[in-house]
Amino acid sequence: MPDTLLFAMEAALNGLTAGIMYALVALGFVLIFKASGIFNFSQGVMALFAALTLVGFQNGQIPFAHLINAVLGTRIHYFGWNMPTLLAIPATVAVMILFAWLVERIVLKHLVNQEPIILFMATIGLAYFLEGLGDLMWGAEVKRLDVGIPQGMSGAVDDLTFGWFGYGFYLDTLDLYALGIAAVLVTVLVLFSQFTKEGRALRAVADDHQAALSVGISLRFIWVLTWSIAGIVALVAGIMWGAKSGVQFSLSLIALKALPVLILGGFTSIPGAIVGGLIIGVGEKLFDFFMQPFIGGATENWFAYMLALAFLLFRPQGLFGEKIIERV
Amino acid sequence: MLYREAGDFKTTYASDNQTFPIRFDRYGYYLVLAVAFLVVPMFINDYWANSIVVPFLIYAIAALGLNILIGYCGQLSLGTGAFMAVGAYACYKLMVGMPGLNIVFVILLAGLVTAAVGVLFGLPSLRIKGFYLAVATLAAQFFLIWLFTRTPWFFNYSPTGMISAPTRSIFGYPVTGPSASSVTVYLVCLTFVVALAWLARNLTRGTLGRRWMAIRDMDIAAEIIGVNPLMAKLSAFAVSSFLVGVSGALFFSVYLGAAEAGEAFGIDKSFLVLFMVIIGGLGSILGSFLGAAFLVVGPVLLKLLLVNQFGWSTDLAAHLEIMIVGALILVFLILEPHGLAALWRTIKDKLRLWPFPH
Repeated sequence: MPDTLLFAMEAALNGLTAGIMYALVALGFVLIFKASGIFNFSQGVMALFAALTLVGFQNGQIPFAHLINAVLGTRIHYFGWNMPTLLAIPATVAVMILFAWLVERIVLKHLVNQEPIILFMATIGLAYFLEGLGDLMWGAEVKRLDVGIPQGMSGAVDDLTFGWFGYGFYLDTLDLYALGIAAVLVTVLVLFSQFTKEGRALRAVADDHQAALSVGISLRFIWVLTWSIAGIVALVAGIMWGAKSGVQFSLSLIALKALPVLILGGFTSIPGAIVGGLIIGVGEKLFDFFMQPFIGGATENWFAYMLALAFLLFRPQGLFGEKIIERV
Repeated sequence: MLYREAGDFKTTYASDNQTFPIRFDRYGYYLVLAVAFLVVPMFINDYWANSIVVPFLIYAIAALGLNILIGYCGQLSLGTGAFMAVGAYACYKLMVGMPGLNIVFVILLAGLVTAAVGVLFGLPSLRIKGFYLAVATLAAQFFLIWLFTRTPWFFNYSPTGMISAPTRSIFGYPVTGPSASSVTVYLVCLTFVVALAWLARNLTRGTLGRRWMAIRDMDIAAEIIGVNPLMAKLSAFAVSSFLVGVSGALFFSVYLGAAEAGEAFGIDKSFLVLFMVIIGGLGSILGSFLGAAFLVVGPVLLKLLLVNQFGWSTDLAAHLEIMIVGALILVFLILEPHGLAALWRTIKDKLRLWPFPH
């Protein structure tokens, strides 16, 4: 087999794993969009915040240590104990649920019935607030996140592909785990929304707010619920990204990558988010691989958006979305 | 008397339609202009010009431009930073390519180039709207910045990838480059701001502005009463991009002096200008100025207070600043969706009746 093809296949495979990460973020978007029609820009920052909180709990950091030190002149940083990961994750989930409740209480309650674009801008404000809060609470330096998922080159994949093609593909073990976790997450979400009472209520709200209200579903509870789930999905995404490249600000930029994923997959479809993520991931890696000699590298920055733009012109509802988009 | 309409009789349509119908307001406006042009240049120093006044003036132009697009025509754009970069790079190429051309014309031409690019990226708005359009403008943001950092032609093959403004002067006074004094820089920016604000105000209250507002309020109804959505939207994109391009050109040539696309015109610039528009007030000329002033002066004050007064570290102050800006956006959207301009309007209404409200 020619080398170029093998390299391209390897690039595609790595794109696939990057795509899983995009899909994980996009999933949180879809959940909130379906339930409340809000386009939640702060999803990426939520992932960053969740990862920061997890690391903070693990290392026993004192929240707002820098602020307290600056105000009171003390020199405190750590509690002096390390929380085991199994305890830190539920604690972070609790923080995300608290956050969801506060968002509903303080922000969303007052913005009911506003135009979608106002709500969108409110989530941009929320994203900024949360970014500042995360940095203030836990400090802004790049942190290592270790939850016990093995990292490094996967020997099995290397051996397997070497046996097939005489060339071992490089694949991070972490990405394989991410694949598994994403699959589990989607399955759980689908089961939850199909077979539980709350899941049914959630789908009812997604279908029609007023009808759902009239049969006695509490809209505000559902909103807290969806934002909590989105927070948990953000935590998963934050863990995977954080373990891969450290917990740092660039994590929140993947939120922007999720926008084209959603356009491709459709704003309301969970499978769409997954497929869209994979297409974007593979597409940008392959495009970069083949076009690098001609137009230079780092095309990953904009390829996804251009693809989304092209998609918007021809199929605005996305691959799996409902045909609700308003044509002008 | 203070703020009274009594005795302010209107005998012509022109006086009925004027921007400042109340005499007190009108004289106040003339006074502000006189102070800005005559008094401020006598006292301005480098610190004030560089950290507050000049950025405020330049951002005010950008906010005006974005306000026309979002506030008047209802098309959300997240690509302001990239359009500012187009203005900056067009300005640089024109400055270097045509050394004899006066800098004022260079900046205006840069604005026109940006208008053309803006129309190009505004084309998707004919088919999509809302955050679908936001994604399309996001595409413009990332693609243009990538183009400017990757194509050596744009920065004339300079090894650092930076563009730097050569010295150009008006009436013998250097405006750009290291020898420009803060007074000339200030006066040039002020002249641009006043001229462009005058233009924006008169466009938005004329036919064009009413078309934009009709499209914003309900596009289908607007089409039925005879507004051509194609022309209305593209003209909004053109005018808005022109203003944003001029502000980008000024930002690079007059203020920064040297710039690199990714650093100076990244996505945070887009958000900053968007926040100015939201906090200042969507669909208000005055609001653009108030928003720009708020977000330029606010951080400086906060930094002065926290870093110099309390001795906090700079990064801590920066984090607190981000948090406060985010919270302010939420507060404004919840309590006063029309921004600072609406607050000012309320104050004016109260003033008219003071001290005997009925």
